[in-house]
Amino acid sequence: MGYFVTSIKQLLGLKPDRPGRSEQSPRVRVIFEEKRKTRLDPERLREVEEAHAHTRDRHKWRNRRWATLILVNLLFVVSYYFDVQLVEGAMTASRVVGFHFADLNSALQVMLAFKHVVLNLVIGTVTVFILWWLLGGRTFCSWVCPYHLLAEAAEALHLRLARRGWARDYAFHRGVRAVFYAIFILLALVTGYTVYETISPTGIVSRAIIYGVGGAMGWVAALLLFEVFVSRRAWCRYVCPIGVTYGLVGSISPLRVQYDVKSCHHEGECRKVCLVPHVLDVTIRERATERTTDIAADCTRCGLCVDICPTDSLKFVYKGLDRML
Amino acid sequence: MRSRRCGNRWGNERRSVTHRQKRSNAVMNEETKQTKKARKLSPKRREQNRREFLRSAALATGMVGASLAGLLPLAGGANARLRPPGALKDPLNEQQLFAACIKCGQCVQVCPVEAIKLAELGDGVGIGVPYIDARQQACDFSCDGLQCVLACPTGALTHELNYPADSRMGFARLSRPGACLAVKGEGFQGPARGPDYHGLLRYDEVDRWNPIPVSEYPYDLELCDLCMRQCPIEIRISQCEAGKPPSGDSNQCPPKRAISLQPLEGGVPGAKVPVVEEGCVGCGVCEMICPVTPAAIVIDIDKVAGS
Repeated sequence: MGYFVTSIKQLLGLKPDRPGRSEQSPRVRVIFEEKRKTRLDPERLREVEEAHAHTRDRHKWRNRRWATLILVNLLFVVSYYFDVQLVEGAMTASRVVGFHFADLNSALQVMLAFKHVVLNLVIGTVTVFILWWLLGGRTFCSWVCPYHLLAEAAEALHLRLARRGWARDYAFHRGVRAVFYAIFILLALVTGYTVYETISPTGIVSRAIIYGVGGAMGWVAALLLFEVFVSRRAWCRYVCPIGVTYGLVGSISPLRVQYDVKSCHHEGECRKVCLVPHVLDVTIRERATERTTDIAADCTRCGLCVDICPTDSLKFVYKGLDRML
Repeated sequence: MRSRRCGNRWGNERRSVTHRQKRSNAVMNEETKQTKKARKLSPKRREQNRREFLRSAALATGMVGASLAGLLPLAGGANARLRPPGALKDPLNEQQLFAACIKCGQCVQVCPVEAIKLAELGDGVGIGVPYIDARQQACDFSCDGLQCVLACPTGALTHELNYPADSRMGFARLSRPGACLAVKGEGFQGPARGPDYHGLLRYDEVDRWNPIPVSEYPYDLELCDLCMRQCPIEIRISQCEAGKPPSGDSNQCPPKRAISLQPLEGGVPGAKVPVVEEGCVGCGVCEMICPVTPAAIVIDIDKVAGS
């Protein structure tokens, strides 16, 4: 329940909890006490990080994720061009070896605007809901969404430019995304048009990959430029309602990233690489209240933090399954 | 305090300006939290909050404005187009179609003549909705089974449609009678749209299952009757009259004629005029095949048979 509530709060844009020391479990109190006594000196920590930077696993999850994202999007293209009928359609709705799949947010928009649901759409929506419930919700964002890959490239460029002072990172209030979510629901309901789809870079990029590039990619380019020069990962962080939809699914998903406070050095590298750093606030010194904490559902399960953590304090877990194995 | 020290200690040169700034925000936040009882934000912090709020409001306005701009092309029906068979719409009101369509393009993928395209950003909320440019490539129903309708996952192309003759995409109109070769009493030789035209049509006598380029099928006609000759409805009618309905299914037989050539009184001897009949579904093959440029016969999308 705690996980669900925390997840919903963060999806709404509320600040993560800041528990005081009194809320720490006795076990965690002992851990922090221990950490206070044996402070790691910076040189030693740098060594640990250096050593980790050269391990084979340094980019394990990122590589797997990129491979998956590219493969999935390529399957759409290959299916169309060679007529092999593996994944027909686009990211908004498709048929995967004949089975209906519908993107949850696109389906939601259609249902609200059309106010009538055909059976195939119900089947597609339920199938995809179960799929992402099993796989972690916003896993969709980082493992499948084609815009995510472009945005990651823009982010790398942004960081490079920001280091030289050529780009800024203006933060917005995260609550604005929840406001967008409500607005787009209302707009679909009231106007009877799927208003969000007009500006959805996920749909636009997916269709561009499959059916050819058109003028709509200009809008996507503008968004990317905004992210490069004005605000890091602005679309995914502050706007995208698809992320919220899948975040809601993720809030009841058993696949999560888990944080173990014991081995953590609290140096904050994980928060620096994270798309949604507020979910990792628990890694700040003295924040954890339990030995292990599941990272809330706004997390896209991209694994960048798992990759960069030199002490394996962050790892993927599958609730229920790990106990069974 | 500890985390603040930590932040400064590991705050190395790799961190960008913005990061340092953010960090200092976080530190300040922490400090204010520690004196939380007082519940007073520093003027600087309050100013930052104010700016963040204004920025967020601007972002919200911009994004919602951009998406609402998608409604603009609706005014004056700028995005009304010829749609695939079964598209949910009253002739010019496409709201149902736009609402129901999930913009996935599965209809595009199954069309054997690749007649269906997806609208671009200029169509606003109609982005990603399928349409047909008949002059470039019309729907000739060569799939027989209305594959696009079957492929549609949301019913935007309604499944209530079973046969080509049931569709109501638009209605043909002889827009330039003066240019029509039949009206002028002229014949036609060669490929209908020239050797460089890429459009496809199914010619049953060439290949029952695969459409071929129109450029590979030269005609030799004493009087041009291409619009009627290639009309998918007319072709089905003659097949049915010959006792060979498509797929052996007599339900495929259209109940009404779509186009006929009527003698033209007062014209050149032998001249005839194409007359669009009640059975026209507006598929656009006549517009596509018409050898004069621009086409003498076009599809009106604001009208359908029976309306």
